[in-house]
Amino acid sequence: MRIIPGAVLLVALLACGKEQPRTSADSQLATSGGSVDLTGAGATFPYPLYSKWFSDYAAKTGVRINYQSIGSGGGIRQLSEETVDFGATDGPMSDEELKRAKGGPILHIPTVLGADAITYNLPGVASGLKLTPEVLADIFLGKITKWNDPRIATLNQGLRLPSTDLLVVHRSDGSGTTYIFTDYLTSVSAAWKAGPGRGKEVRWPVGLGAKGNEGVAGQIKQTPGSIGYVELAYANQNSLSVAAVRNSAGEFITPTVEAVTAAAAGAASRLPANTDYRISIVNAPGAGAYPISSFTWILVYQQQKDSVKGRKLVDFLNWALTEGEAQAAPLDYAPIPESMAANLKARIATIAVAPTR
Amino acid sequence: MTEQAVQPASRVTFVTRDESPPSERGWMPWRAKDRRRVNMGTSAIGDRVYKVAITLCAMAVPLLVVLIAVALSIAAWPAISEIGISLVTSSVWDVGAHKFGAAPALYGTVVSSAVALIIATPLAIGVAIFLSEFAPRWLRQPVAFLVDLLAAIPSVVYGLWGIFVLLPIMRENVMPFLRDDLHLGATPFFSGPAYGPSMLAAGVILAIMALPYISAVSREVLLAVPRSQREAALALGATRWEMIRDAVIPFARSGIVGGIILGLGRALGETMAVTMLIGNRPEISASLFAPGYTMASLIANEFSEATDDLHLSALMAVGAMLFAITLIVNGIARWLVWQVGRGGRV
Repeated sequence: MRIIPGAVLLVALLACGKEQPRTSADSQLATSGGSVDLTGAGATFPYPLYSKWFSDYAAKTGVRINYQSIGSGGGIRQLSEETVDFGATDGPMSDEELKRAKGGPILHIPTVLGADAITYNLPGVASGLKLTPEVLADIFLGKITKWNDPRIATLNQGLRLPSTDLLVVHRSDGSGTTYIFTDYLTSVSAAWKAGPGRGKEVRWPVGLGAKGNEGVAGQIKQTPGSIGYVELAYANQNSLSVAAVRNSAGEFITPTVEAVTAAAAGAASRLPANTDYRISIVNAPGAGAYPISSFTWILVYQQQKDSVKGRKLVDFLNWALTEGEAQAAPLDYAPIPESMAANLKARIATIAVAPTR
Repeated sequence: MTEQAVQPASRVTFVTRDESPPSERGWMPWRAKDRRRVNMGTSAIGDRVYKVAITLCAMAVPLLVVLIAVALSIAAWPAISEIGISLVTSSVWDVGAHKFGAAPALYGTVVSSAVALIIATPLAIGVAIFLSEFAPRWLRQPVAFLVDLLAAIPSVVYGLWGIFVLLPIMRENVMPFLRDDLHLGATPFFSGPAYGPSMLAAGVILAIMALPYISAVSREVLLAVPRSQREAALALGATRWEMIRDAVIPFARSGIVGGIILGLGRALGETMAVTMLIGNRPEISASLFAPGYTMASLIANEFSEATDDLHLSALMAVGAMLFAITLIVNGIARWLVWQVGRGGRV
């Protein structure tokens, strides 16, 4: 079968974005335009990987998937209203949100892992900055305001820290990236937990808000003395200065795909058997684990009302967790550990597809 | 009245009141009358269809406005009934704690637009006066074209330009100059650290975006001032500047105010460029150097990830407030144009 270039497929998907999903049984070949088999909506963070998945999957099986990266919130809303076949989110749904879903119980299927990198701009310190969770929390709480604060200095003996002001830059738009970061701060700092807490948008004690990863990175690149957080993939692809953060094993770890996978493995080893996978893996145990890591999830209804679509969705999820995972690392996403993928497939098998009428 | 105003009227009387003897009349008058009579029968239905069609078109727009208002109000109602007046008066916007006070955003929208108008209005009117009164013909078209082109640039491009060009200039040159060299740092309006993203930066970018609207309208209005008006002023011994000040601008005043309002409309609703430059901090600060927030930015930032019902509803309420402010501003503008126009003719 001919492999369609991603761009062409993307254009084709966009062109038929408004179309109602087909319910007919015959799956169209990817080469023929106009028909979409499954629709999904949600998180923007895994979109680069998902769009590659969908284009490869369409080329392989002919099943076309239209995904709109409208944000996790939008994905949850649309799935709850049953206007899409699957949703995608960077933060797990709350119990209350699950209750509101019109189509019954929803399964959280982790697909890959992402992480937040702490990026900074400090003239003379292009790399090598080390931070502990406590110091990081106090910087974002506004308790540490100078770069040469003794608490930063003792961690970074070899570095020449200037006496300039710290400028915190955070995301202004609601985002999974913020959720991961605030989830981490909440888990390591009592003061943060009592104050801003975790969420896709929080009330930041200090700093400037910038829109999107590119906004935060742009602001940090421009402003000496600034510090913020961006997605790992974004930091890697733009060669930003990133800080090493101390994990729960006491090591200072810089964010890499391997370190994030290590975090997943550490967390997965402690999962209870009956988990619903709505789990946070920030500050995960294990050697080499990067602490500010998180899953990203695809959300599906456990009861699939349309047998044809249901089966296609199950097939796709199984494919994603096997062949799909291999494509994650080149795009700076960490794959799901293999042992966990096996458990997840067992969970996917519990999706009930209505019998064909 | 000018000659131009009289001419069309005389043309009409020529056709209907032909006083030459019938034998000398051309074939045109009766032929035209005849055709008119013949056509009336067949075109009546067409006319009526046409009238209904354009009436429907015209009614569709106000209907749309009403529908938007209704939809916004319905969506905003849960937040309005639950949060009440603190939606407007409170400065605490904390999604996690279910506190939604949009006062900083309200303040930011008004202040950033005001800063924009303070900067843009004199500049734009200056550009318009230059182009209509002073610029040589060969310069007028290219400059006017370039100024108009400002209106065609997408706002996200303004935002990017702002981040990479405007903010460094603001941070390293403009803000230190205002604060230290002009000693404006002593006032609360220009004090505090200069990071770049700020109410002032947002105001400057909005000024650049509003400028083409104000200048384009002003230019057209100034060009429409009758030549006789200028000649009369010059004949009375006015200098060129006096002629512009006393004869041209008063004549064009209501049009210029209209242009300013158009620019204000652009500034109030602008979202992307402002979001990229204002710093998105929901706090009210007297200093223009401090980051702020606007209602449009708040909605743009939070809407896509809002899952909570009350949060969504609060954002809708902010949208309704923005809608109301736009209506009020436009209402005031109409009144101003009317007032100024009446004053201008006296």
